[in-house]
Amino acid sequence: MHGYFGTYLSVVVLFLLGGLIVGGGLLANRSLRPHRPTPEKLTTYECGVDPVGEGWAQSYVRYYVFAYLYVIFAVDAVFLFPWATVFSARGYGSVTLGEMFVFLAFIAAGLAYAWKKGVLGWV
Amino acid sequence: MSDLAIIAIKLLLVVVAFLVLPLIVGQVEHKAMAHMQGRLGPMYAGGFHGWAQLVADGVKFAQKEDVVPADADRRIFSLAPAVALIPYLVVLVVIPVGPHGQVGVSLDPGLFFALAMIGVAVLGALMAGWSSANKYSLLGGMRVAAQLLSYELPMVLAASSVAMAAGTLNLSRIVDHWEWWWLPWQAIGGVVFFIAGLAELRRPPFDMPVADSEIIFGPYTEYTGLRFAFFLLAEYAGIVVLSALTAVLFLGGWKGPVMNTELGWLWTLIKVMILAFVVIWIRVSYPRMREDQLQKLAWAGLVPLALVQLALTGVIKLAIA
Repeated sequence: MHGYFGTYLSVVVLFLLGGLIVGGGLLANRSLRPHRPTPEKLTTYECGVDPVGEGWAQSYVRYYVFAYLYVIFAVDAVFLFPWATVFSARGYGSVTLGEMFVFLAFIAAGLAYAWKKGVLGWV
Repeated sequence: MSDLAIIAIKLLLVVVAFLVLPLIVGQVEHKAMAHMQGRLGPMYAGGFHGWAQLVADGVKFAQKEDVVPADADRRIFSLAPAVALIPYLVVLVVIPVGPHGQVGVSLDPGLFFALAMIGVAVLGALMAGWSSANKYSLLGGMRVAAQLLSYELPMVLAASSVAMAAGTLNLSRIVDHWEWWWLPWQAIGGVVFFIAGLAELRRPPFDMPVADSEIIFGPYTEYTGLRFAFFLLAEYAGIVVLSALTAVLFLGGWKGPVMNTELGWLWTLIKVMILAFVVIWIRVSYPRMREDQLQKLAWAGLVPLALVQLALTGVIKLAIA
């Protein structure tokens, strides 16, 4: 249980424990709960009124533009983490900080552009 | 004691914390919310101020029929509660409660791991909304996705500001490096992180995706019995995880005014409980935000603030180094 993969082994074990809690709970639940399905009971509940039309409704994904934005920014942000751990270490210093401001300027400019385009709202 | 036994005990403690703390938070919510609104809340179950109300709720949920609508995407529908719940259990393992290895697993990318797991948990609600074959649930699921997209970025940026300040992603070592003057230094980041976390948990006032009076509890409408209970448990486990992460990153975790080494775990617990109370308090105090207000708060408010915090952290860190 030592070393790099050893620590992850306990994380995996915990994952399995979580699965056991949920699965075991549902299994125990099966012996406790009634099961009497009727066609009426199995219709989609929705708001309490009989559903009209298909269950799969057509819908407009209103935020798809900032979904793109999010992907771009989040990928940027991921690069921040390894950088954050070393930027103040010996031999880096103010040049690295300057690079951070370049990075921040890129994100801020992108954000300002998106804002001006009016895509940040729920249209 | 052998290493294996220690690891087993640690995992057991994590599971116990995962099963007990959310119930305590839930009970506190019942009572605190009631008293804030001039009610008494549950008084009957268990005899003393309704302390056993959630146990009674659990017994009730376990006996209810498990209905899967005929039109639903059965497999995804059944899997969604597990996806919503299990990540919160796994996050708890990287959260340090005290000094000198009082942590489930001291992962080097611990902060990164925690943020990733919280993101996965949100997928559970998205799967539920999509698979229910219910128009309201679908709307709720889309709003969940929109909220995740908007609030993940300020959350990650605020968290990485702490990583910059400490120079590590390991949560235990972040608290090791923590000093009291980080409180004012990282204050903006702390507020941004906490608010963004609330939004990812879809807690009021950010509960537009589950708005019960508008889209009938959104992604969870079609769920009954134990699966519904798992979603509720996930919400309260999420509060515990968010409070614990905020306490560890921004409030110094186990560091208190006195006896850090002996009573570190108590300081952590006190901070987590205070933050959980704040979560409940906010729920009672603010009305639900509209969907466009939600998006605006994230992109026009929290993201710029998080960027300011990053700049501040970078400059001050180099100035003192």
